[in-house]
Amino acid sequence: MARFRTWVGIAVAGALGASLAGCSSTGGKRAEDARKAASAQGGAAVDTPRWTFAMITHSGDGDTFWDIVQNGAEQAAVKDNIKFLYSHDDEAQQQAQLVDAAVDKGVDGIIVTLAKPDAMKAALARATKAGIPVITVNSGSAESKAFGALTHIGQDETIAGEAVGEELNRRGRKKTLCVLHEQGNVGHEQRCAGVRKTFDGTVRNLYVEGTDMSAVQASIGAKLQADRSVDAVVTLGAPYAGTAVKARQDAGSEAETVTFDLNAKVAASLKDGTLGFAVDQQPYLQGYEAVDLLWLHKYNADTLGGGRPVLTGPQIITKDQAAALEQYAERGTR
Amino acid sequence: MTATALMVDERLLRTSPLRRLLGRPELGSVVGALAVFLFFALVADSFVRAAGLSTVLYAASTIGIMAVPVALLMIGGEFDLSAGVMVTSSALISSMFSFQMTANVWVGVGVSLLVTLAIGFFNGFMLTRTGLPSFIITLGTFLMLTGMNLGFTKLISGTVSTKTIADMEGFASARAVFASVLTVGGVDFKITILWWLGLVALASWILLRTRVGNWIFAVGGGKDAARAVGVPVDRTRIGLYMGVSLAAWIAGQHLLFSFDVVQSGEGVGKELTYIIAAVIGGCLITGGYGSAIGSAVGALIFGMTDKGIVFAEWNPDWFKFFLGAMLLLATLLNAWVRKRAEATK
Repeated sequence: MARFRTWVGIAVAGALGASLAGCSSTGGKRAEDARKAASAQGGAAVDTPRWTFAMITHSGDGDTFWDIVQNGAEQAAVKDNIKFLYSHDDEAQQQAQLVDAAVDKGVDGIIVTLAKPDAMKAALARATKAGIPVITVNSGSAESKAFGALTHIGQDETIAGEAVGEELNRRGRKKTLCVLHEQGNVGHEQRCAGVRKTFDGTVRNLYVEGTDMSAVQASIGAKLQADRSVDAVVTLGAPYAGTAVKARQDAGSEAETVTFDLNAKVAASLKDGTLGFAVDQQPYLQGYEAVDLLWLHKYNADTLGGGRPVLTGPQIITKDQAAALEQYAERGTR
Repeated sequence: MTATALMVDERLLRTSPLRRLLGRPELGSVVGALAVFLFFALVADSFVRAAGLSTVLYAASTIGIMAVPVALLMIGGEFDLSAGVMVTSSALISSMFSFQMTANVWVGVGVSLLVTLAIGFFNGFMLTRTGLPSFIITLGTFLMLTGMNLGFTKLISGTVSTKTIADMEGFASARAVFASVLTVGGVDFKITILWWLGLVALASWILLRTRVGNWIFAVGGGKDAARAVGVPVDRTRIGLYMGVSLAAWIAGQHLLFSFDVVQSGEGVGKELTYIIAAVIGGCLITGGYGSAIGSAVGALIFGMTDKGIVFAEWNPDWFKFFLGAMLLLATLLNAWVRKRAEATK
């Protein structure tokens, strides 16, 4: 692998050398490397045996959010001398099979998401029967304990939605559009229900095709043009915030756009004021804490949360905090 | 050509066993399966443990159950893009019918069978009546089913997944039939493996030993020629689509009774998995050639790769890449083996 990397490096360097005439003095890979060098990494900080932990999530392919969770988990794995394995599938049956595979391998700990709890029940029972400690993250706080997991780390989606509703009240909004980009996602329904619970005005749900950004923009734009009284748009994922802003600008609407979750672009938009606020559930923490808690359990039989879920959110992020968070978002940890 | 050979019909010529083996559609895929198995056995030791193999077989069976009728359909020269979501539809219908009617779970299972067969009939009927390509017809069915799965579930249950039916009458016996676990020598095997092998045996018998099997090959080889010699082309094609429905019903019931709650948005994209399994197993996209055993080997290769990558602790980001590369390699190998076999005839 190392030799392969070297060859790739040489090839890339050759290509770069050929195009050196057109260099950028700002941003790009060089700036990223400088940032990386300044951020944490390094070796193990403990001398416990090299345990293997497997993380199995319901993420689809190429999802920013789960990338951040993975970054957190990997950072903790380096520190705790853990061999960290990651796998994912958005089909419940496949995800259960991946848990089975981890149990077959005889890993020392399993971290799993319960977006489709009933499908994971049997697989988790197999894990606990085999004596493998399990921690659930992100989704499934209600089922975590019943399925025999040590603890659950994540955000209660209803509470997060309620926080958004309250913040919108504070900003004097009257009519909100809640944009659901994944039909069939229970967590998303809970978020919009939470907004509806605390928001004093009216909340309308808008279902969009999340895998097709231009369709998302067209749907939001059409809705904003059709209903001029909408003065707030809530998106449920960071990648959709920018799309909603574009749709709002094209439609000439004055609606304030706010979003769940964070990425570099959202942080930048918060800073320049195109986004009102974001509500973050700190995915990095979900990955990091899960690995760390498993390590603590193996090393010291510790558990956290006293039988209740450990909450990583909601955290309301506004213009004031955005500047500080932007650099963290850019390196893929917020 | 000797004088005796001129007297005998060329179809009745005795060929050597080796030649006959080379002429089998699934030969290339069997070679591929052995290669994939050996490869993962070397790089991942938990892959060849009994528990690991059981997980791989289970993964293969959930694909294989559907790959069998899809292979038959492809031999008959048609596609079914609605096969993936049909599995989810079938599970949703059983679950919601039982729950809403507070009926014995078996009633829901029966209703689901009828409705799923009706969907298959619809596909076949539309194909024979309109003369549109099956690609278009089933694409329409696929989209309609995807929407109906979500729409009806939300309308009836109020959420995007069904309500649990685990506490209802008949659930235990239905689970035993569709989703039980058999322990052989201390290792747990899922019952879907038996369903899968049963379907492969049934489909192989139909293809190789019955008149219907000849019809399927004839329809896939050339529709008009088949019709000219008296093959009931329309009935055969409708039957093939209903075969896909039947398997979708089995796979759907397994989904329901192993997890007892069904997510309405699932199954999209699975139809390609089934087609890939059939193609790796030696089916031609153009129809008229292939085998049921080949589809099983294709599903096995798929399951081995899918889980083998996990056992080998590779980065799952690359899974689709390997799958694509394997699809190309397997199909090239098939084509090469077939060419050799035909050259030596």
